Amino acid sequence: MKKEFKVIADLLPNNTRVLDVGCGDGSLMDFLQKEKNIEVRGLELNKDNVQKCINKGLPVIQGDAETELHQFPEQSFDYVVLSQTLQAFYDPDKVLKELLRIGKSVIVSIPNFGYWKIRTKLLISGKMPVTKTLPNTWYNTPNLHMCSIKDLFSFCDEKNIEIKKVIGVNEDKISLIKKSNLEIKNFFSKVGIFLIG
Amino acid sequence: MPSLAGLFFWMNSKFENIKKIEVSKPLKLDCGKTINNFPLAYETYGKLNSNKDNAILVFHALTGDQFVTGTNPITKKEGWWATAVGPEKAIDTNKYFVICANVIGGCMGSLGPKNINPKTNQPYGLDFPVITIRDMIRAQASLLDYLGVSKLLCATGGSMGGMQLLQFCATFPEKTFSAIPIACSASHSAQNIALNELARQAIMADPVWDNGKYLSKNVQPKNGLAVARMVGHISYLSEKGMQEKFGRKLQEKADYEFSFNADFQVESYLRHQGYTFVDRFDANSILYITRAMDYFDLSKQFTGGLVEAFKNQKTRFLVMSFSSDWLYTTKENKDIVIALNSSGADVSYSEIITDKGHDSFLLNEPEFLKTLKGFLDSMYEKFKK
Repeated sequence: MKKEFKVIADLLPNNTRVLDVGCGDGSLMDFLQKEKNIEVRGLELNKDNVQKCINKGLPVIQGDAETELHQFPEQSFDYVVLSQTLQAFYDPDKVLKELLRIGKSVIVSIPNFGYWKIRTKLLISGKMPVTKTLPNTWYNTPNLHMCSIKDLFSFCDEKNIEIKKVIGVNEDKISLIKKSNLEIKNFFSKVGIFLIG
Repeated sequence: MPSLAGLFFWMNSKFENIKKIEVSKPLKLDCGKTINNFPLAYETYGKLNSNKDNAILVFHALTGDQFVTGTNPITKKEGWWATAVGPEKAIDTNKYFVICANVIGGCMGSLGPKNINPKTNQPYGLDFPVITIRDMIRAQASLLDYLGVSKLLCATGGSMGGMQLLQFCATFPEKTFSAIPIACSASHSAQNIALNELARQAIMADPVWDNGKYLSKNVQPKNGLAVARMVGHISYLSEKGMQEKFGRKLQEKADYEFSFNADFQVESYLRHQGYTFVDRFDANSILYITRAMDYFDLSKQFTGGLVEAFKNQKTRFLVMSFSSDWLYTTKENKDIVIALNSSGADVSYSEIITDKGHDSFLLNEPEFLKTLKGFLDSMYEKFKK
């Protein structure tokens, strides 16, 4: 399992109810169910991934988070997890609102556009950065709304969303991000994981 | 002319060698009447293992029967779900024990309008009580007791089979570990009621039908029943699928005949489907079963609607729909998923993309069969003792 999932799993208490939005092939759900006795549900758009989850016996609903989150009742999950897809929605603001409606808390992770390699790539080459975390070029990227850790920080402040914890991930290293170290962590983290709500 | 007794003997001789139980426990029907000591015909495939944890109950659709796979001993044709059920199929009978019962109201051995009414010594006809989907599944619960299955690994069914399944889960929340409702609905839509009414009117407009008393005269309202079947067949296909299959192709001729014979292949197809159906199905059964479907509205049985119907469900669901199905649309199937989600049930959902319409669940749709198998096998891993 990738480091990001380990961090997310550590944020989730045992015996809770978790909705994994964009659950992929279900590897996070599988881990949470087996290791932490968490009651998991997944929402996934990709047909092959839905099939993989079903084969593993994981409950998954084929659907688009952009339009189909309304089917989950208010506060019906302890946690809702959204891993690295917020930036891919047409309306991330609306999706985040929906996540906060469904979950008592929400864990959102983003590929950090403020990461130093991305910044320098754009600065030096003058072209849209292509990295391991962001492997697509400008015309075929699903990421419509790239943002940095700092952006999401200010967004939560603006919308009065409580930030409970922010963790920066760079390869195997993780670090706690606070307002006091935001500038530096925004520079050195590849991925930002926010626990909000 | 054969004697009446001789006729009944002939009718029933075909059904002599099929499996049947006599349900002695009185069953109070939703209409208020009670039936008891009635026959329930069924078939099983595969073997129930010693732990009794590999049983799967299949509910059949409107014109289906208990002969899910292999050769149907009555029609001599392949079972209606042979694409999905059998050795090494998605529902593998080498591994699982598959049970299917003929619905009450049907005509393949279970109590139905063609059975003899002991009060009159004539076939029931319209004296048969109006039955509901709930009556059907309550009758089938007796079969599980008889077979010694206290908890099913899975129950599944498409179309009306799916409706029976939803009812089964709501009525007996503990009876199955998992459930796969396919291409169905929790309440019959206006369009579906309308199509059923068309089928019933076709039968009742046939003078041979004679208020349902045709069996005493050793006849069937074939024309009406065939039209009813044609209506069904149109609704099972999609517009695109039909266009691709038939287009404007002519039936074994180079040009129009300038007559009302079946010039077009699609006409020929419908006539064939219609007139082969009359050999195996009882017209009154169509009336009764379509009525049961129309009355089906699971949400109405619970004050809190569909969400309450599925409250406290421990059953794991997989709902599947087909993109081109206009009879039981993706939207209707998703409503089931939404209700299950709202009640906190464990539910998966998959929409199969296909042009083949409602019929898809009976066809060799690889994506569908793969999902069916994947879910079932994973459920077995969780359930087996």
